Amino acid sequence: MKKQLKIVVLAKQVPDTRNVGKDAMTPEGTVNRAALPAIFNPEDLNALEMALSLKDRIEGATVRILTMGPQRAADIIRDAMFRGADGGYLLSGREFAGSDTLATSYALSCALRKIGPDVIIAGRQAIDGDTAQVGPQVAEKLGLPQVTYAEEIVEIKDSSLVIKRRLSCGTEVVECPVPAVVTVNASAPECRPRNARRVMKFKCALAASEIAAAPDSETARRAAEKPYLQIVEFAAADVDPDPQQLGLTGSPTKVKKIENVVFQAKEAKRLTAADEEINSLMVELIASHTLG
Amino acid sequence: MNNIFVYIEIEEGKVADVSLELLTKGRELASTLGVSLDAVVLGEGLAGIEKELAKYGADTVWVADDKTFAPFRTLPHTAVLCGLIEQEKPQIVLFGATCIGRDFAPRVSSALHSGLTADCTQLVIGDHKDPKSGKEYTDLLYQIRPAFGGNIIATIVNPDCRPQMATVREGVMRKEYAAQPGKGEVKAIGWQKFVKDSDLAVRIVERQIEERKIDIKGAGIIVAGGYGMGSKENFRLVHELADVLGGEVGASRAAVDAGFTEHARQVGQTGVTVRPKLYIACGISGQIQHTAGMDQSSMVISINSDPEAPINKIADYAITGDVNDIIPKMIKYYKQNSK
Repeated sequence: MKKQLKIVVLAKQVPDTRNVGKDAMTPEGTVNRAALPAIFNPEDLNALEMALSLKDRIEGATVRILTMGPQRAADIIRDAMFRGADGGYLLSGREFAGSDTLATSYALSCALRKIGPDVIIAGRQAIDGDTAQVGPQVAEKLGLPQVTYAEEIVEIKDSSLVIKRRLSCGTEVVECPVPAVVTVNASAPECRPRNARRVMKFKCALAASEIAAAPDSETARRAAEKPYLQIVEFAAADVDPDPQQLGLTGSPTKVKKIENVVFQAKEAKRLTAADEEINSLMVELIASHTLG
Repeated sequence: MNNIFVYIEIEEGKVADVSLELLTKGRELASTLGVSLDAVVLGEGLAGIEKELAKYGADTVWVADDKTFAPFRTLPHTAVLCGLIEQEKPQIVLFGATCIGRDFAPRVSSALHSGLTADCTQLVIGDHKDPKSGKEYTDLLYQIRPAFGGNIIATIVNPDCRPQMATVREGVMRKEYAAQPGKGEVKAIGWQKFVKDSDLAVRIVERQIEERKIDIKGAGIIVAGGYGMGSKENFRLVHELADVLGGEVGASRAAVDAGFTEHARQVGQTGVTVRPKLYIACGISGQIQHTAGMDQSSMVISINSDPEAPINKIADYAITGDVNDIIPKMIKYYKQNSK
């Protein structure tokens, strides 16, 4: 494999839909995003680990994060830098609002054309949508081959990677030429933890808009002085897109209706843990041949 | 009139169940729209496959039969399906939300610049009016799916781009012979003109097929545990009750994420869909993400310490109390009474 291999990890900051508490829905029944903590999408962390382990094995390789989102999404770029990434790119702008998976993939592919990576690694899917579409759609937009459900890079060859995939029916090992897009399963190794020294070194890393928001702060001054603390920020115009393919306009799927989850009312028979109640329930179930 | 395509997946030489389920749904949609139903099969050694597909309502069976297509590889399948879609211009294309469907359907949508909705739980034909432009559309495919961790149900439409594409998980739709079998007329796909040399760049080095060890789909009784079980140790109670009742063990996503049990047991939108005659939900709150996979169970018993848990709304029996207290009692009284 060539030296100075450029690895880019596609990552997303997502609301933590796995830990939805009582206040996650507003009284009106819409999702209360403010009540959900924003986290590094779990499988994107597996992807980051795969990228970092590749970097460990190839001299001069670099790992950078690309994320699309609001300014606060820079948090996951910093998090990745604490864990071993060299830096990152934040793709941010109103033009991207309302993007479905296809418009998202298009925007990311425009940014990736600017960056010119050799290997693109992404999590299989994000927990807020569970679609698993963006990785393959980016690959198609860039005309690259893809390896989905990757668990391990088994071997690094001159111009290809040998990758083990986890399928529902077993495993498959494939050899894929680079450049390529790899999407990583949750069954791949977990991401290494944050490194204390790297946290000290990169805690002042900022995106351009974050520096501009508080130019006189100490962190902003430090970030402005040291290039390695600067998170590259792309606005829509920086990646030369066709505006027709961005955001809501560029999204072929439209949300017609959102319903809150309202369960069909059905009267449940209420029981307590009392012995006689459990006993009569089991008798009833056996009598009706539901059991046994 | 534009047809409906169903991509037929071949699993170790057999048609995958999910494809037959999609044909059943496709037949219903095709009848509503007054169009015909086409099955598309890419693989090797496919002679005679149309007979089974016709029983499920396929009028036309498009076949590309060559070693290029087995085992499945993303790029040749994408190239052929895109080529055939451009040639035949179907209005709807359905895929199983399997390792294969979820791998290459997004590529097809990206190449054709048309929308794809993942993991639909319902597909219905209906009309649509664009709220901004006021433009009216008739006979669109409503693609209905839970979203945002299952807290909402979204109806998605693709008003302007064709085809309208959706994936559906195995077990979500019913599989039934069509009332009137389709003609099952075989048409060979002229695939050679679609596949480029660069589509063959990825090489399969090795495949290891593992028997699916855990399969809870066909179980008549499922005892499922959630995050409310508290720990991996306590989760053993779920196994004990399932063993005693002759059932299988299921789990909610939260229980799987917490490491209480393996993913193969996960019931719900991102797991399997089940329809047992009895479903016992232990310490499961009942997020739609979970109930989407079990709400067609004939009978539901919930055990939860929270009397207001959403699961109780779909339960036939709601037992309020501690799972660690109630499950051993159920085991005890079942044993006492079943003799």
